[in-house]
Amino acid sequence: MDILVLIKEVPDMQKVKFDSEKGVVNRSSAESEINPFDMNALQTAIDLKRKYNATVTVLTMGPPSAEKSLRDAFARGCDHLVLMTDRKFGGSDTYATAKTLASGIKYLEKYDLIVCGEKSVDGDTAQVGAEVAEFLNIPHSYYVEKINNINELEVEVVVESLSSSKQVRKMKLPALIGVTKNINIPKLPTVNRKLESLEVDVKKISLDDLSEYISEIDTGFKGSPTKVSKIIIPHPLERTSQIFKDDYISFKEAIKKEIKKNNIGM
Amino acid sequence: MSEYKGILVIAEQNNNVIHKVSYELLNKAKELAQSLNIPLNCLLLGNDGINAKELNYRGADTVFFMKSEIFLVAEEYLYKQNIVNFINENKPEIVLIGATNFGRSLAPRIAAALETGLTADCTNLKIDEDGHLIQIRPAFSDNILAYIKTAHYPQMATIRYKEFSEAERDLNREINIVELQPYFCNYDKTNIIKTLNDSDVNITEAEIVVATGRGIKKKEDLRMIETLAQKLGGVMGVSRALVDAGMTSSAYQVGYSGNRVKPKIYIACGISGAPQHLAGMKESELIIAINSDPSAPIFSIADYGYVGDIYEIIPNLIRDLD
Ligand SMILES: Cc1cc2nc3c(=O)[nH]c(=O)nc-3n(C[C@H](O)[C@H](O)[C@H](O)COP(=O)(O)OP(=O)(O)OC[C@H]3O[C@@H](n4cnc5c(N)ncnc54)[C@H](O)[C@@H]3O)c2cc1C
Ligand SMILES: Nc1ncnc2c1ncn2[C@@H]1O[C@H](COP(=O)(O)O)[C@@H](O)[C@H]1O
Repeated sequence: MDILVLIKEVPDMQKVKFDSEKGVVNRSSAESEINPFDMNALQTAIDLKRKYNATVTVLTMGPPSAEKSLRDAFARGCDHLVLMTDRKFGGSDTYATAKTLASGIKYLEKYDLIVCGEKSVDGDTAQVGAEVAEFLNIPHSYYVEKINNINELEVEVVVESLSSSKQVRKMKLPALIGVTKNINIPKLPTVNRKLESLEVDVKKISLDDLSEYISEIDTGFKGSPTKVSKIIIPHPLERTSQIFKDDYISFKEAIKKEIKKNNIGM
Repeated sequence: MSEYKGILVIAEQNNNVIHKVSYELLNKAKELAQSLNIPLNCLLLGNDGINAKELNYRGADTVFFMKSEIFLVAEEYLYKQNIVNFINENKPEIVLIGATNFGRSLAPRIAAALETGLTADCTNLKIDEDGHLIQIRPAFSDNILAYIKTAHYPQMATIRYKEFSEAERDLNREINIVELQPYFCNYDKTNIIKTLNDSDVNITEAEIVVATGRGIKKKEDLRMIETLAQKLGGVMGVSRALVDAGMTSSAYQVGYSGNRVKPKIYIACGISGAPQHLAGMKESELIIAINSDPSAPIFSIADYGYVGDIYEIIPNLIRDLD
């Protein structure tokens, strides 16, 4: 069985700085890492590999430096690494990203299950997975919290709270799933795999390789229907904080008053 | 001039009951439709017995009601096929969908099939001087607000639940419902074999949330939080830390990877206030924080704070608040 994991390299959100004057993200202010939500996607694939003897290929579209995240994925237990990189892919919105990724997936040919994260912490759209599924014309499920079982023909998953109820679904393969953070707890890489990861091959795909599947006008900035016209760094909501210490009585009275004012509860 | 005209709100129903996000979308859409002087229509996919008229009362000029029992199951592919066909025939210039879990799973498939853009999780919408839709949304884990425009038609966006108030109900509005047959009824690649009743907890609708985090030492102590919540007529919420520690289910989790809540009162007990937690609750109307560490970031967004031990304060509040 061939499992494909889609990962994105993102800046470390705890450290990244935003230039509020220029309204841009200062990408050099923080190191990049694998999107935290994609860690769960990787672990999902690695667990399936152990259980069903599957092969795990990791695919990312990004700048050449994203190779680092692919090697990290290898260290965690994945088998093959693929980097889609080309200046012409730059500036892609979710539509162009998904279209380009789908072309790369067609080019790779072999896949039974595609796994992605719930969302990326920078793009934050949770759209790329379902759009990839649409371009490949395969079924998808988001918010997957559990994989009950999988064989060559189908996969059975539990979907968290869709339309106010959980669902157990069977999908014919090939299919795409987006997993939540609740599906597993990502494990750390081993030292041996880490060392090996420095040497392993990274397959690179550029626009020229994809001529059968996508043309230049459908990728990158040109292929993106949405355009960001402005970015604002919002001011945090101003709250006039009243902090109590040792004076429990006043604190309690303040809360009581608010509860009464809101006329709720009790 | 483009051949695309009008605004289309895609209503959501769960178990044949219209989801409130649909009325919120109609409210915002009415404002946009008035400023563009174009019709506001609504597409509802549901079954016999649903209260489609309500969408007229809430502002839809025409409700297109695609009626079939297949829509009682939330499955993206069939919904997508039917909606895409409708849009291709009717050509709205703006399509709005609620950013509920189902909406967020469905909308990207529709946008990709229509070969247009989609802006996720918008918190505001405006019209620019050329009549284009400006879609405003937080990105980068809520650190920035991006203003986005779509160069193709239709211009599509999903809108966060509870971002706008519901459209008022006007019983004098004309009822105008057009019933439709679904274009597609079969998809054999996804089979929903069971729907399980969700846990009864739905913390997003609560007016009071009493939330706790790593300040709680063991699972049994959650009872104290639940007791306070119940006493105030609210529900318990937790930080991710407690879900990761296996102390409770993710249905209670507040934050970026959990539920976004907007209650009237949010009481954070023993929660430090990490950005990912704040992302899920900072829009609460009133925030109260109790934490033993006076430098905990949660205090900077709190209206009222108490520096102290939750194991002392919570039992006192349980005793005193009534
Ligand atoms: C991709 C990603 C997504 C995430 N999503 C979420 C999310 O959705 N929701 C979420 O909550 N977190 C989320 N997190 C985790 C988040 O970064 C924090 O780790 C988490 O919120 C911390 O939880 P906490 O405040 O309970 O714990 P801590 O940060 O450990 O804080 C505990 C607080 O309790 C106080 N305390 C301890 N004992 C007492 C006492 N007896 N009395 C009073 N106060 C006491 C301490 O002073 C401290 O401030 C996410 C992280 C990542 C990377
Ligand atoms: N550039 C990319 N390369 C590979 N996978 C991606 C890329 N962007 C997004 N994804 C995948 O799509 C998911 C949703 O991303 P997003 O739509 O940006 O929130 C991520 O968790 C990844 O699994």
